[in-house]
Amino acid sequence: MSNEKKFTLRNAINQGLLAGLITTLISTVGMVELFSQRQLIAGVMTMAQLFIFLIPALISFQTARKAPKNSILLFSAVTSFFASLPVLVLILLASTFGLRRFLINVSPSLIETLTFGQGPLVGSLILVLATTAVGVAAAFVDQMDEKIRKPILAGLMWTILVGTFSEILQERLRAFFGIGFTNLIIKSKALQPVAALIFLVVVTAISYFWQQRGDSIKKGLASQSATQRRNMTYAQRIAFFVLLLILPLLLGSYLSEVTNNVGIYVLMGLGLNIVVGFAGLLDLGYVAFFAIGAYVMAILTSEGFLGVAQTSFWLALPVSVITAVIAGILLGTPVLRMRGDYLAIVTLGFGEIIRIMANSDLLKPYIGGAQGVLQIPKPSFFGTSLIQPGQLYYVVLAGVLLAWFVSTRLSNSRLGRQWMAMREDEDVAEAMGINLVNTKLLAFAIGAGFSGLSGAIFASKLTSIFPHSFNLLISINVLSLIIVGGMGSLPGVVVGSLILVGLPELLREFAEFRPWMYGALLIVMMLAKPEGFWPSAIQKRELHADEESPPVEEVAAAD
Amino acid sequence: MQRRLQNINYLDFVLWFIRVSIIVFVAWGTIATLLDNPYSADVWVNFTVLGLAQGSMYALIAIGYTLVYGVLFMINFAHGEFFMSGIMTATVFIAGPLSASGYLNNHPVISLLLILVVSMITSVGVAILTERVAYRPLRKAPRLVPLITALGASTFLQYTFRGLFGSEVKPFPQVEALSGKISFLGTEILQTQMVVIIATVIMLVGLYLFVMRTKTGKAIRAVAEDKDVAALMGIDVDRTIAITFALGASMAGAAGVLYALVFRQVHFYMGFLPGLKAFTAAVLGGIGSIPGAAVGGLFLGIFESVGPPLFLDGLNVPAYHQLKDVITFTLLVLVLIFRPQGIVGERLAEKKA
Amino acid sequence: MKKMLFILSVLVVASMVLAACGPSGPAECADELGCAEYGPDDPIRIASALVITGPDAQLGLDSQHGVEIAIAMRGDVAGHSVELQAEDDGCNAEGGQAAGQKIVSDPSIVAVVGTSCSGAGVPMSKVISEAGYVMVSPSNTAPSLTDPAQAFNPGYLRTAHNDKVQGAAMAKFAYEVLGLKTAAAIHDGDPYTEGLANAFRESFEGMGGKVVAFTAVSKGDTDMKPVLTAVAASEGGAPEFLFFPVFTAECAFLAKQTKEVSGLENTIAAAADGCFSAAAAEAIGEAGNGMYFSGPDLSFSGDTYVTFKQQYNTLFGSDPISVFHAHAFDATNMIFDCIESVGVTGADGSLSVGRAAMRTCLYATSGFQGITGTLTCNQYGDCADPKISVSILENSEYKRIWP
Repeated sequence: MSNEKKFTLRNAINQGLLAGLITTLISTVGMVELFSQRQLIAGVMTMAQLFIFLIPALISFQTARKAPKNSILLFSAVTSFFASLPVLVLILLASTFGLRRFLINVSPSLIETLTFGQGPLVGSLILVLATTAVGVAAAFVDQMDEKIRKPILAGLMWTILVGTFSEILQERLRAFFGIGFTNLIIKSKALQPVAALIFLVVVTAISYFWQQRGDSIKKGLASQSATQRRNMTYAQRIAFFVLLLILPLLLGSYLSEVTNNVGIYVLMGLGLNIVVGFAGLLDLGYVAFFAIGAYVMAILTSEGFLGVAQTSFWLALPVSVITAVIAGILLGTPVLRMRGDYLAIVTLGFGEIIRIMANSDLLKPYIGGAQGVLQIPKPSFFGTSLIQPGQLYYVVLAGVLLAWFVSTRLSNSRLGRQWMAMREDEDVAEAMGINLVNTKLLAFAIGAGFSGLSGAIFASKLTSIFPHSFNLLISINVLSLIIVGGMGSLPGVVVGSLILVGLPELLREFAEFRPWMYGALLIVMMLAKPEGFWPSAIQKRELHADEESPPVEEVAAAD
Repeated sequence: MQRRLQNINYLDFVLWFIRVSIIVFVAWGTIATLLDNPYSADVWVNFTVLGLAQGSMYALIAIGYTLVYGVLFMINFAHGEFFMSGIMTATVFIAGPLSASGYLNNHPVISLLLILVVSMITSVGVAILTERVAYRPLRKAPRLVPLITALGASTFLQYTFRGLFGSEVKPFPQVEALSGKISFLGTEILQTQMVVIIATVIMLVGLYLFVMRTKTGKAIRAVAEDKDVAALMGIDVDRTIAITFALGASMAGAAGVLYALVFRQVHFYMGFLPGLKAFTAAVLGGIGSIPGAAVGGLFLGIFESVGPPLFLDGLNVPAYHQLKDVITFTLLVLVLIFRPQGIVGERLAEKKA
Repeated sequence: MKKMLFILSVLVVASMVLAACGPSGPAECADELGCAEYGPDDPIRIASALVITGPDAQLGLDSQHGVEIAIAMRGDVAGHSVELQAEDDGCNAEGGQAAGQKIVSDPSIVAVVGTSCSGAGVPMSKVISEAGYVMVSPSNTAPSLTDPAQAFNPGYLRTAHNDKVQGAAMAKFAYEVLGLKTAAAIHDGDPYTEGLANAFRESFEGMGGKVVAFTAVSKGDTDMKPVLTAVAASEGGAPEFLFFPVFTAECAFLAKQTKEVSGLENTIAAAADGCFSAAAAEAIGEAGNGMYFSGPDLSFSGDTYVTFKQQYNTLFGSDPISVFHAHAFDATNMIFDCIESVGVTGADGSLSVGRAAMRTCLYATSGFQGITGTLTCNQYGDCADPKISVSILENSEYKRIWP
């Protein structure tokens, strides 16, 4: 807790061992091996090597900050040296006992990667030396003047990021500039060394100059008159909307698809944000309304044998939404008097009930059971069928904008205030004359409506739906994204969706480790920003107020 | 129910309507089934015993939810993974090799003890680590934040163990000393199920005594009551919370062994559903209460096993076993409408719930 | 944030301008659907889209291993090495669609092995077909996928057995070979298992047998005894034959617990290819003795499969963990054969593979000798060897006994 606590060599060793254990874990679960052939920068560095050295480097950097001023290099060296030890133990155990009987991913090729193909003895030596060197290098960077350090770090970070997302970049570059130019920069996912170097230098330079000049630009902006500033924001807004409109052209079909998926979650997130963020009702069965919206759309429009009406998308859309709203009220009523976690488990149950019923043989004749509903047409707009993701994007965008508009209006309305009052304290809210029944039901209903809308678009985007798409994980994901974004904050929903839906989609390359990364990401993000990435103004204020009050639980924190 | 709400008549009417319709539906199904009489009395006893065995496992896992909820008011979604991690590790490192060498069947008691110890230690280790990394730094964060880290921890742990041990179903060896059936209440039941039920009773009683009679138990209860005051009384709150996690995880680790004995296979995803069910059981019994978790678990187990044939068979519902979770959750809603504090739970102070 | 937006929009406009004057691609390809083009040193790229996360991960990972081994064992194809782009279908429709979009955005991918799950296959088949690509699924079994009145799209093929074929084969085996008159079927609500159980029921009843119980468990269930007890006590008496075409985890639970339920001691248990693997045999253990499994007969291909298994062990550290690796292996080799037969090699060693030609070639596959049998594709993409064999499990070894 206190920063004055002396940072001893023993702490440095512990830190190092921790880093080593994390690296060992990353290796034993198989992630290092998966990326052993993946070139981050062609011929210079593989992704696997990044994983091996990243954690020791970060922790050494940390150590360097805490270490006594006169022995920083020593501390960093010790930390990074000890960081290599657990990995060394792994190599030793694996090459003598053949751990693979127990740990399936500790394969000979993993050991080869960890020892850089030089055999256990030489390889281990290289590993220890290299890790220590990386740690010392990190300490050196830490020692630099802030004006130089920050640009260098920014350059390194961006280069690594570009290398990581190279697959997507490669595809986009190819679409815009043709294959010849792309191969100069990225070839089979690997950033070419020259391009990487140029990029590194350019980013560092930009970052450096930005730092030098940034302040004066900011000051210049601040000194503008109010009218000027308003004009500026108008211009920005228009630019932003234009950007939204032409986005599919820039993104191409795959990224548009990802955007659509993000959009569908944004829609759901906006709805759940009303229920959880505004009204404070913890709903873990939110997927139920999504499923209802999707199924209503499917049954109404399907051209297959389960379709009942073969109506158009636009006709079925309001029906889906209304059905979801009714379902929201129906669920809302019995749980009106439940609070907190009781509400959570009951709503969770409701979500599961809907999924199980959809999957059951009982309802199979009507909604397809496990075999789902097929042949749902995509929406058409004045005769054009919106087949491409880039076309569907506009439907999703329209939905999101609508939900956004409703949410903004609501949050500042009388109803919005009532929700917030209720979230803070139901009893006080009631005492103030708020009708709890109506207020809660409205939250459920509107939230369900957004989700139903989202589900309807989802069904017609997929052209076929199966009960498996409506499992608990969706509810969990939506809840996570509104919390990661910042509860009660509308931009937060978008940020959360981008992080929790968009990012895993862009990191498809991590294959079977995506959920693993997702889990780790959730923990790390919440530890780093408990209030979310874009907290609402009110929440920021509250947290700030918290900080001012004297900490009570410090007393017990003896560790 | 004394709380006054506006529109109270309308709401009460709806709630009564729901209660009555669920009860009518259940009664109708039950009568139809009993008139149809598809199963003999033996079969019904069988259903009940099966439910008891399954319910025992739910109860053991539910303890972890309840204990943690008691001290932190937080749903520890990663608890199912504590259950999985222990038995997965014990299966791969202990049970597998022991069975291959034949030691398991020659010395079943020692082997099983070893498996139990390894499973419990692993579960406890994972739980303490999780608490330290993902929950402790967030004591003062908004209430939903630790819930999210719990969800993250759950996924992370699942895929860590999948990465370590592989994605396939791992067989857990059959212990010959425990195979076969014994006679009980006029019907034949499996020895393993008997072991499960007895072991559960012993552990639950042991845990109850620990929490009620020992000094540590007292500390746990004090922290559950009021952290700040407990801290003023000289209780190390962080340590007590860690102990609570350890206690819950040790029960989960033991439940893992029982699970493996009965079902004889383990998988990295095995913690997810039992965890969810156990959480439901904890709420059903009254979250925060140890007897509540036990009662909720058994209740849930029996309902899962007896419910579908009893309520749905007579209604000619196709493949009615699919709908057992529908019954479970409907039951939950019913119980919570009648008794918002769960079957045996005490009414929580309004602020806590 | 605002500055970033500004920079972004500048970049956007700049890139659009550049794109307009950029060079257009080479136009040597004469194929109506376009070509996958590879430079002299470029590897041929194929994609896989299988379920490698979630509870069914072992199914997809196993298939992916099959593809990887096929690549390793094949060596160069048409003078080029082969690179695999492994995607995750997530075993759900949205995962299939996203994976499909990702794949079709990459013009260097010539063909796809996938998906694992039929639910993912339906939307992906649409995406793949609309983009002119071609996919061969190693484990989709839903009849709708190759039914032109339902979800069939040109560009979709599979090496897995259509549920209708496999269900009928199992019914025939039970009714005619074993001479059993009553049966029960259990599925777990997965499209694969539900379809197969239904196909079995229809065929068995069609032949004159009686299905005394047709019921279901839920995915993730562990305690199957209540269901089995109910099956044992069904009105028509305990069934003589119990068919549960579910995946390994549930299958092993059912197999073990069938032995423990009174009334089912004499019932013959059977499962399908979802549970037909070395790992499943190990998971089931002794309880599997005498159990029947329908699926491909992997022993008949002789040496190839032995080599395959050795490769699997060296590369992935275990015996095959599920069954569809063999189907994936065959699917990959079918694709390779077609690349070799339709690919046009230029003077400089570059390769151009026409997409329409690729499709035509794959649909025309006939008498392909794979490890799952002799594969011949029909016009709707069903390629599996129509001969389904039934094997019996004895001491954790499968023995083919029929036909």
